Amino acid sequence: MLQSDLKLDGNALAGLLQELFGLEMTVADAHCRTCRQVNQMGRAEVYMNAPGVVARCPACGQVLMRVVRGGGRVWLDLSGIRCLELTDPGQATGGG
Amino acid sequence: MGRLTLTPRNLAISRGALKWQLARVVEIAKQTQRVSSLLLDVPAWPGHQAGQHLDVRLTAEDGYQAQRSYSIASAPGGGHVEMTVEVIADGEVSPYLVGEVVVGDRFEVRGPIGGFFVWDPDAATQPLLLIGAGSGVVPLMAMLRSRRERGSRVPARLLYSSRSFEDIIFREELESIAAAKDGVEVRHTLTRAQPLGWSGYARRIDRAMLEEVCWPPGEGAGVYVCGPTSFVEVAAQALVDIGYPPPSIKTERFGPTGG
Repeated sequence: MLQSDLKLDGNALAGLLQELFGLEMTVADAHCRTCRQVNQMGRAEVYMNAPGVVARCPACGQVLMRVVRGGGRVWLDLSGIRCLELTDPGQATGGG
Repeated sequence: MGRLTLTPRNLAISRGALKWQLARVVEIAKQTQRVSSLLLDVPAWPGHQAGQHLDVRLTAEDGYQAQRSYSIASAPGGGHVEMTVEVIADGEVSPYLVGEVVVGDRFEVRGPIGGFFVWDPDAATQPLLLIGAGSGVVPLMAMLRSRRERGSRVPARLLYSSRSFEDIIFREELESIAAAKDGVEVRHTLTRAQPLGWSGYARRIDRAMLEEVCWPPGEGAGVYVCGPTSFVEVAAQALVDIGYPPPSIKTERFGPTGG
């Protein structure tokens, strides 16, 4: 099996990120620290076959985010993301 | 109290915490040799959008848990949630869901999940281009069902790759959707075996096929591509080569197994 066959999209992170943030995060814009391009998290290249989860920038391929969980703890490394930009949950209207 | 309309915005708010709950299987429909649809009764289901998925969690007697994501096949409006599952030979969850589960069984689900690979029939004005392979058709089917349910008239095209005629998921329903002639066109390609007299495509999806089936990029279609990773890579790259702007293309890769 080729490593490239294991690539998923940011969609696959939706459940995990919602657990961690309590929000739908795949529509959030991630500003890549390496190439400065801005892409929705749903467009990230995601690998979930390792002990941790790795999300890479769809533009430059550098790591945006790593998530490792174990023993009741979660390690969330966002050092590849300069900024996360999303609809302000406190300002959205309607429904509720 | 008025009926709560679920727009992406308030849907996101109403879904703060993702909670596991018990779903009950109310109906099972065998789609193909390897694919079954399960109709679920999920008491506290908050509604969903076409294209979203749900998580299933099975717990063994010794406490071992296995969790998988499956696309939702049903349109948002129905009372039940339909998930459509392809069995993976050495899988932990899909052999149970496709082969062993019976009506009345219960298992844990949570959802809906995902806000990126979704299509909203009430907001869409641009043509809808759907490209799928194998069980990658499931979220695309939710979009076509949602288009019909909401009376949307945006033109839609589905290009669907299957191994053989018998492997086409939702075959009869897709025929009837196309026969309704209300703006949906369905094109099939069969990559491994074709019945006698087959008039559709008979090869893997490639650039030439996409150029024949897709609208010119200038039409501004919104594109959804779903299937095994290798399929999505080829289709998405070909669309970019044809001239589709990358932001107009949304992809959902299933990984190596196609389910």
